[in-house]
Amino acid sequence: MIKQIYDVVIIGGGPAGLTAAYSAWKNGAKEILILERDWEVGGILQQCIHNGFGIHHFHEELTGPGYAQRCYELIKEKKEIEISCDTMVLKINADKIVTAVNPHNGIFHMQGRTIVLAMGCRERTRGAIQTPGYRPAGIYTAGAAQRMVNMEGYIPGKNIVILGSGDIGLIMARRMTLEGCRVQAVVEICPYSNGLTRNMVQCLYDYNIPLYLSHTIVAIHGKDRVKGITCAKVDAYKKPIPGTEFDIACDTVLLSVGLIPENELSSEAGITLDPITHGPIVNQHRETDIPGIFAAGNVVHVHDMVDFVSEEAEIAGKYAALKAQGRVTGGLADLKIRTDNDIGTCVPQHICIQKNNEIITLFIRVRRPMKHVQITVRNSEEVLSEKHMSAVRPSEMISVSVNSGNMKSRYEDWTVSIREGL
Amino acid sequence: MTKKADVVIIGGGITGAAVLYELAKYKLRIILVEQEPDLATGTTKANSAILHAGYDALPGSLKAQMNVAGNALYHKLKEELHLEIKWTGSLVVATNDEQLKILYDLKRRGERNGVPSLDIWDGKAVHQSQPNLSSEVLGALWAPTAGICWPFDLCLAFAENAVLNGAEIIRECRVTGFDVDSGTIRMVHTNKGNIETTCVVNAAGVHADDISSLAGDDTFRIFPRKGEYILFDQKVQNALVSIPVFPTPDKMGKGIMVAPTIHGNVFIGPNAQNMDDKDNTAFTNEGMNEIIEKAQTIVPCIPLTQAITEFAGIRAVSDTNDFILGPSLKVNGLFHAAGIQSPGLTAAPAIAQFLVKKIIDKLKPEYNTTWKAGRPRHIYFKNLDYDEQQNLIKENPSFGRVICRCETVTEGEIIDAIHRPVGARTVDGVKRRTRAGMGRCQGGFCGPRIIQILSRELHIPIPEVRKEMCHSYMYFEKKSTKKVICDD
Repeated sequence: MIKQIYDVVIIGGGPAGLTAAYSAWKNGAKEILILERDWEVGGILQQCIHNGFGIHHFHEELTGPGYAQRCYELIKEKKEIEISCDTMVLKINADKIVTAVNPHNGIFHMQGRTIVLAMGCRERTRGAIQTPGYRPAGIYTAGAAQRMVNMEGYIPGKNIVILGSGDIGLIMARRMTLEGCRVQAVVEICPYSNGLTRNMVQCLYDYNIPLYLSHTIVAIHGKDRVKGITCAKVDAYKKPIPGTEFDIACDTVLLSVGLIPENELSSEAGITLDPITHGPIVNQHRETDIPGIFAAGNVVHVHDMVDFVSEEAEIAGKYAALKAQGRVTGGLADLKIRTDNDIGTCVPQHICIQKNNEIITLFIRVRRPMKHVQITVRNSEEVLSEKHMSAVRPSEMISVSVNSGNMKSRYEDWTVSIREGL
Repeated sequence: MTKKADVVIIGGGITGAAVLYELAKYKLRIILVEQEPDLATGTTKANSAILHAGYDALPGSLKAQMNVAGNALYHKLKEELHLEIKWTGSLVVATNDEQLKILYDLKRRGERNGVPSLDIWDGKAVHQSQPNLSSEVLGALWAPTAGICWPFDLCLAFAENAVLNGAEIIRECRVTGFDVDSGTIRMVHTNKGNIETTCVVNAAGVHADDISSLAGDDTFRIFPRKGEYILFDQKVQNALVSIPVFPTPDKMGKGIMVAPTIHGNVFIGPNAQNMDDKDNTAFTNEGMNEIIEKAQTIVPCIPLTQAITEFAGIRAVSDTNDFILGPSLKVNGLFHAAGIQSPGLTAAPAIAQFLVKKIIDKLKPEYNTTWKAGRPRHIYFKNLDYDEQQNLIKENPSFGRVICRCETVTEGEIIDAIHRPVGARTVDGVKRRTRAGMGRCQGGFCGPRIIQILSRELHIPIPEVRKEMCHSYMYFEKKSTKKVICDD
């Protein structure tokens, strides 16, 4: 039975939403509601039947559904946590009133003392990347194809080219090979791969699947169904180099060309988004610029591993619960985090300095691969934290922890910088 | 098996469907044959979706006459068939004195064609109406009778009404030949059997000359001309235009425009390339660069990162550069509606009346006394008010299950699209009837769900569900030996 007021309303029942619910419960929230659009919780993990999840968060290697099940087990017996599946949220407003619809309740409204946004992300499509050619059947985003293969039991084709080397693309290269299909190539426009190193090794190299770096698809052929593609090398500006074209016969093209945080509801509510991450601008508690609306997981920024999604959701769930109970006091100062040019994204984007000391973890992505780097977080000139790494890549998130109690000097905006070749 | 018909219409685009609609008003046995699994899969699906005012075509041409008459007819048909049309008006903008002069020529031409209420606006008035236009725009021709529409819906509306009034549509039916006996049509051969008839309407779009040749009439040729488009997210409309804006036209046509769609997106395009291949709808890099460059002369800031899809359409240009309408000069019983390039969408209802008059002069049928206007209304959940939405879900809970989140399309709407007269058979058919899959994720989320609904409602296995065309199968059994690529 849907109530009118909840301590915490969570939009999305994937790993972020489930973990946020558990964290909110641990931190004393009494009425928690998860709204999930699919017919069961678990989100995109349900179609990720490969292993490699949970090493950090559960200290055990799990499959995607296994990880989702663990998250669900933690909350399923809790009478304070209600789950409404098959339910689409239509609208959220700044007063934290949520409008949703499902076949049993019709359209209904509820208010959260706080809200946690956990809507995840969507895949970039062919249109968004402007691939020339026909519009035949046989072109799918890697995630849509993954759902059909792993959950419904059908294959999208037999002779496959994958555009983009994002993690889902790499995983699907292996998956399709195991299904007896032939993966002709993975074509990546960047001079480096956009997936995790372990996925490169375990999904491509182990199966001898060719990877074409600095290449792109310049045409898709076939009128009813894909018959092949033309591939070309690109220059430093990612423009195809004339004369380098070659054809690959195939019947299927899978796209793994990036993920975009799903923030239509957030923008409509008036939440300010970061133009780089495409997610809400948040502080270290994952609170957006509308007080009481928190966000966690891929809706904030696209993560490389679900374990970090859970880590972030624990923070958001905790502070959403505390705030709902009036257990949060105002901050001493609000500091922006500034980043230098080689850093692509940094979450949180600002810090609300508290009276108590806090360990604050910054999640960073670099713009280009670099070797032997030192990452430094400063408050004005004062060094707050330093981290050395032998190699960093845009596909991998870097975490840097800072103890806010270490700050000696006057509060200034923080800066995060990276130096290469040390 | 041989069927019998008084009239066979070849081609289920806007022209064929409009002719079907007009003919269904008479006591005639009519069959429309379409080679693809759905209507409107050729020129009708990929064009600018503008209902033109009629100032472009040369006075005296069939194009001019049919355009102005068609525009007026749509003003009436909109009510009867609940057509998705908005009468926005349109602008043709000039950026130099020479172009300004052409605007006055266009206005005079329009007035000779009978276009009402044309006006010339100065730069200030233009920018007041459309503040994002280039500061170089000096003036514009304002045509208040122009509009924007959803061409697929127009085509479907004609077909749905006709089917409800007794007409028959056979899909995936490809014409393979004719029996012509002493210069008169006797039989149409198709891949689905023969149809005995003495009257055939050739509305085969870019293939109209091929059909005509099959019957023994080689009097005209169709030259395919490709036009490419880029479509933008709904959220950028305020940064672009709220009504269609054309550049001053040149020899190749009306030029590359910037225009809103009826669903709140904005597109730029089309360019114009003469092709050898009649089915070449491949989108190209060169084309994309060309339309961006030219659109920027109208609106300097085109938000390229907000593009959601690109597509190309083929227009059927005849060797006379005008419509070819009326009885064949070579084959008795064959009626052409050929060379229907722009403004063919606008002209369609007038073309239909023109041709049907000639057909009834020949067949002299009685009126269909049971003919009924209208068609079942589409339910668009998103556009209903709160009470209507609640009642709908109470009546039928499937309207409470949102399948396409980008466009808020419910399962109930998708089921209706499949079971309507001339219902959807393909994923794109569902998309064009409901908008499911047309938003920013382009079906990434709802695609697999729509495939499941089609499979369930049509009682076909998932591997039989197609994207759009005859051989556009999408998914396969894991162990199947079925060929993925069939001959197109």
